[in-house]
Amino acid sequence: MKQFVNFVRKEFFHVMRDRKTLLILFGMPVAQILIFGFALTNEVKNSKLIVFDQAKDPASQELIAKIEASRYFEVERSVMNEQQMEAVFRQGEIKMAIVFPAGFNSGLLHEHHAQVQVIADASDPNTANMLSNYLSAIVMDYQSTRSKSLVLPYRIVPEVRMLYNPQLKGAPNFVPGVMALVLMLVCVMMTAISIVKEKETGTMEVLLVSPFKPILVIISKTVPYLILSLVNVASILLLSVFVLELPVNGSVLLLFGESVLFIITCLTVGIFISVKTDSQQVAMLISLMGMLLPTVLFSGFMFPIENMPYPLQLFSNVVPAKWFYIIVKSIMIKGLGFEAIWKETLILAGITVVLLVISLKSFKIRLS
Amino acid sequence: MKEIVIKTDRLSKRFGDFIAVNEISFEVQKGEIFGFLGANGAGKTTAMRMLCGLSIPSSGTAEIAGFEVYKQAEQIKRNIGYMSQKFSLYEDLTVSENISFFAGIYGLTNREIKEKGEALVEQLGLEKETKKLVGSLPLGWKQKLSFSVAVLHEPKIVFLDEPTGGVDPVTRRQFWDLIYEASAKGITIFVTTHYMDEAEYCDRISIMVDGRIAALDSPSKLKTQFKAGTMDEVFYQLARGAKRGD
Repeated sequence: MKQFVNFVRKEFFHVMRDRKTLLILFGMPVAQILIFGFALTNEVKNSKLIVFDQAKDPASQELIAKIEASRYFEVERSVMNEQQMEAVFRQGEIKMAIVFPAGFNSGLLHEHHAQVQVIADASDPNTANMLSNYLSAIVMDYQSTRSKSLVLPYRIVPEVRMLYNPQLKGAPNFVPGVMALVLMLVCVMMTAISIVKEKETGTMEVLLVSPFKPILVIISKTVPYLILSLVNVASILLLSVFVLELPVNGSVLLLFGESVLFIITCLTVGIFISVKTDSQQVAMLISLMGMLLPTVLFSGFMFPIENMPYPLQLFSNVVPAKWFYIIVKSIMIKGLGFEAIWKETLILAGITVVLLVISLKSFKIRLS
Repeated sequence: MKEIVIKTDRLSKRFGDFIAVNEISFEVQKGEIFGFLGANGAGKTTAMRMLCGLSIPSSGTAEIAGFEVYKQAEQIKRNIGYMSQKFSLYEDLTVSENISFFAGIYGLTNREIKEKGEALVEQLGLEKETKKLVGSLPLGWKQKLSFSVAVLHEPKIVFLDEPTGGVDPVTRRQFWDLIYEASAKGITIFVTTHYMDEAEYCDRISIMVDGRIAALDSPSKLKTQFKAGTMDEVFYQLARGAKRGD
């Protein structure tokens, strides 16, 4: 036990001495949360819009005022003809245009029928879709305020409730994602690199010749990263609660427990990579391409898994981050307890055990 | 009768069809400085790895410090020290941190670590450098420190794998002074080298060619046997016939 403590202390020296890496380790989660929280967002705010108003009557002015008043759009300018409108779209700064035909008001009043055209730049389909939905909603809203005086035979009003995230904020989606990403990066890459480094410098041989058990060498190398990762989990949670105002709805203790499980999964992956490689560069490349990429693609954090082709959906099941992402979302956002996530926990634990057995087996083979 | 600390009998290591080490048999006595020579690819490192318990032999037997390589690897590890051909201390740790780490790995108590560590630092004249990072020391000092750390736990045998590679002649001489001191204390030195002047410093040397031991005796007897003036010539006569190389 004393030898073990001695070894872990040495590992901490390594981590602490390397100031640059340390800065990355602790700075990365903070930077990611802030970037995802304030800079990269798929919420639409104050999108620029141009108006081609051929009607110029009370109704069109009213509707434009309504659009301008909403927090989604900002009327950038008006254009006089189609050529101008096309030119503006080509410049690319404007994503949306609304066109009123002549006689908009009279159409509404006399024929009970009027049209507006909505034109969106669909080179980014998601944004185009979202913007046109928002604009349609504003138009519908305007219509219903106008027709309030009229008595309809009946009206069906759908009352939509957005569960768990009523304001449709982006934070509930990315905080769990950033957590998975950061833990993956720290645990897999740093562990793999630090073990391979011992191989590269020749110190691993000296350790293997010593009476210190090889398995303990590996375990004590992972301890600092386990602790560092828990600090990272804590800092991400603190940031999300106090900066992004996203509370943890479920048990914090359960969240940390599940994080430890995921960290162990990642450490095991790191050990596996380190057993299979002999240079720090290769270890880093495999960690980045082999682990980080699948985490981003298949955890459901950026791209919905349900929309992927079936084989990819199947593949996503072996990506540990997917399960961790579901678990964190369930605890943090939905406030669910262990009874709701035991299945995911079990799968994650299963993956960990399988990885652990494989890496210990290959580690033994290396020794002989 | 002197105590035998290394004894091998037809020790072999095969990797598939390739026989890296082919039935080598030799004995090394306590306190002896045993030079283990051979061209690159002759099988030195593989043989040494088997003796250290890093690699399991394919056949034959070997006893290190009275323990058997197949079954008693753990006891062997407690009784040997090892210095690899790559510089094997941690560059980002200070001198004293390196000493206490490696001493701790061998299970020395805190008091022993303190006493022996201080003696070691004094012997090497490193008193002012204990708080410095090892990476900032000159290579010669690193090598000497590395050796001293390898024998800190007073092993019966210390294995040195090309310990003086890239070191200047003066430092090499000083390094060998450390080896003589350790040998005088009864520590057996098992050393591989490419430097023939170093071979002359050894009590006995073995020369490996293509996985076999081609010659084994004291440097002076080998020179007589091969009618050569220097160890260089002896080595050249033997290694010239080698079929494998780099």
